[in-house]
Amino acid sequence: MIEVVLAALLAAAVVLIVAVPFLRADEPPPAAEPGQDALAAAEERDRALAELKELEFDHRTGKITDEDYRALVQPLRRRAAETLGNGASLPNETPEHPSEQHFSARSLPSSRQDR
Amino acid sequence: MPDLGRAALIVCLGLAVYAVVAGAFAASTRRRRLAESAENAILASFLAALVASCVLLSALLRHDFSFVYVWRHTSLELPRPYTVSAFWGGQEGSLLLWLLVLTGFSAAAVLLGRRSAPSLLAWTVPVLGAVTVFFSFLLVAVASPFATQAAPADGLGLNPSLQNPYMLAHPPFLYLGFVGLTIPFAFAMGALAARRSDELWVVITRRWTLVAWMLLGFGQLLGAHWAYVEVGWGGYFAWDPVENAALMPWLAATAFLHSVMIQEKRGMLKIWNVLLVVGAFALALFGTFLTRSGILSSIHSFTESSIGPWFLGFIGVVVAGSTALILSRLPLLRSKTRLESPVSREATFLYNNLLLVAFCLTILWGVAYPILTEALRGEPVTVGPPYYNFFLKAFGLPLLILMGIGPLIAWRRASLRGLGRIFAWPLGVAVASGVLLLALGAGSSIPGLVGYTFCVFVLASIVLEFVRGTRARQALSGGSGPAAFAQLVGRNRRRYGGYVVHASIVLLAIGVIGSSAYDTTREQRLQPGESMTVRDYTLTYQGTTQERGPNAVELRALVDVERDGERLGTMRPGKNSYLAEQQVSNESAIRSDRLNGEDLFLIAEQLQPGGPVFLKALVKPLVNLIWIAGFVFVGGALIALWPDAREQRRLALRYGRAEALARA
Repeated sequence: MIEVVLAALLAAAVVLIVAVPFLRADEPPPAAEPGQDALAAAEERDRALAELKELEFDHRTGKITDEDYRALVQPLRRRAAETLGNGASLPNETPEHPSEQHFSARSLPSSRQDR
Repeated sequence: MPDLGRAALIVCLGLAVYAVVAGAFAASTRRRRLAESAENAILASFLAALVASCVLLSALLRHDFSFVYVWRHTSLELPRPYTVSAFWGGQEGSLLLWLLVLTGFSAAAVLLGRRSAPSLLAWTVPVLGAVTVFFSFLLVAVASPFATQAAPADGLGLNPSLQNPYMLAHPPFLYLGFVGLTIPFAFAMGALAARRSDELWVVITRRWTLVAWMLLGFGQLLGAHWAYVEVGWGGYFAWDPVENAALMPWLAATAFLHSVMIQEKRGMLKIWNVLLVVGAFALALFGTFLTRSGILSSIHSFTESSIGPWFLGFIGVVVAGSTALILSRLPLLRSKTRLESPVSREATFLYNNLLLVAFCLTILWGVAYPILTEALRGEPVTVGPPYYNFFLKAFGLPLLILMGIGPLIAWRRASLRGLGRIFAWPLGVAVASGVLLLALGAGSSIPGLVGYTFCVFVLASIVLEFVRGTRARQALSGGSGPAAFAQLVGRNRRRYGGYVVHASIVLLAIGVIGSSAYDTTREQRLQPGESMTVRDYTLTYQGTTQERGPNAVELRALVDVERDGERLGTMRPGKNSYLAEQQVSNESAIRSDRLNGEDLFLIAEQLQPGGPVFLKALVKPLVNLIWIAGFVFVGGALIALWPDAREQRRLALRYGRAEALARA
């Protein structure tokens, strides 16, 4: 007998859980599907900035020679500058450290002179 | 109580069917309320699976032999911990554990997804529901753990080889790993079904894959240790098909965790990554099929059953359905960027992927070939360790060296001059170590010497990465060395956690090479009072002792151990005769040297009370590094998994803002 009661309680509980959204008064708006073009642009922008940061760090750790750095940094800067205009409706990552603050729309990193 | 268990499983099946039908309809018609209801069905299915599991566990603990499952896998004398582990010691119980873990992970994915990716959940829920339908259907209709009978006085007991503390943890970890691969698969398919071209699914999938991969890897190491201490042949991995079944999805997931970085950094390999996610999940299902179908004769597999065709059918549906979905979404998955140079970080990741997948396919062929041959020609064929060991060296050594090369090479491209400068130090250390090892006698095994030299190279490159990174961070932010080190790891947990995992693989390799290429084995028949030597150990057989354990008669050979004239103690290899199970198991004795990581491993064969013994002694250098590697592996994976507030803020800004804009 107790089995039947427990099984009925389980059935009632799951029906309640499944029915909860229908007990609300109004139909909520459909799940928002973000614009794919804007997202792609934002991803491209973040990727370009991340690549630039990575290049800086690799240069600093000595993984990249000055020569390779100079060859790689210009195209990356150009791409970063282009993508900063894209996806303007989405905010870009805020630089945290002073050394990273030059990754902004107005001034991209200048060539490092210390190596 | 069996009726409650059956009812709970039927409820679980009903909820899963609802999640599939209502979820798919809601996703295609964009009905939010119905979609939430389908999500709730996934949450409720966990509750139902939990109730079913509690019923079985309660029956096990009460020794309720009216449950056929309890009668078949336990006995009154079985110690309490093994009575609990009998939950997953048999076919039906292990399937129920699968379902419990699956619904638990699915519920967690839904709850977390509601916060981080609500728009991605719509099509993910029907996929999760479909997998749950399959497993709950098996438990309801094909392999029920709640079959009943007139209760016998005692049970048949548990397979003696499963009566080991490692069996309390090894299967649950494996299931967590196997089942965990369902979640990345569901998100990948959900994103494709929703025609999403953004990379939110990649971020979510990468995290879930990392969790499943860590659990699966740790579960395999626990299984290796179980085999080492319990099976009693002196090894830890035998290329058994069922061991391979766990290794294959782990290799596919390893490949994905590397290649997904190329997608995130460069926007490349999108199709390849989806294929790896599908492959890892399909291989996890294939592994479950191998273990449960009875198609294989293995110490790890369950007896013959009727669930094999169901599994094959489901694997077919998964592979065909995923392939069709991927093909229909190819335009979304095409990359805009290309590989710039064969000498770059992304290129080394690509080589690593090709080697991992090639190794995985080689193992798959080694497992499938005997099955296919027997099915087609009726002739039993065995693919043994020499086949796998050949490919382990062929693919494993290049993979090992790539672990050292990859981190040192920059993204996009690197010049030869730059490479010469960056590799000079680790190469120098590796060559010097190789020469030193040769001088110390490691040349007795050339593959071993090469392997050790590669290991040193990789370790040197990892240390170099940490040192250079710390210095650079110190130059950037000032502060002390330890503070810069903590900042370095904290700001890029994935990268430096990954290096710790690489270090664990090196430890594993050192342990495997040491214990397989440089081990020593001696075997001798000894009368009481006689001695034998192995390496610098002297072993003296003193006689036997016999005791009654909780559920077995334990016969042991008493072997005194000395090294260089110093008495180290008495080891007790022997055998257990299990009463209820009517089976005998070998019980090896192991003495570990904590200083040098070496084991002395003794196996007593043909042992009779008071009589002679055939004593097999193995000395396995550095074998304990394999087990230490397991903890380092988990530590590294946890570092990589640990939430990074900066990354989460960045992703929340990108995707959260995008969804808010879409709602506006």
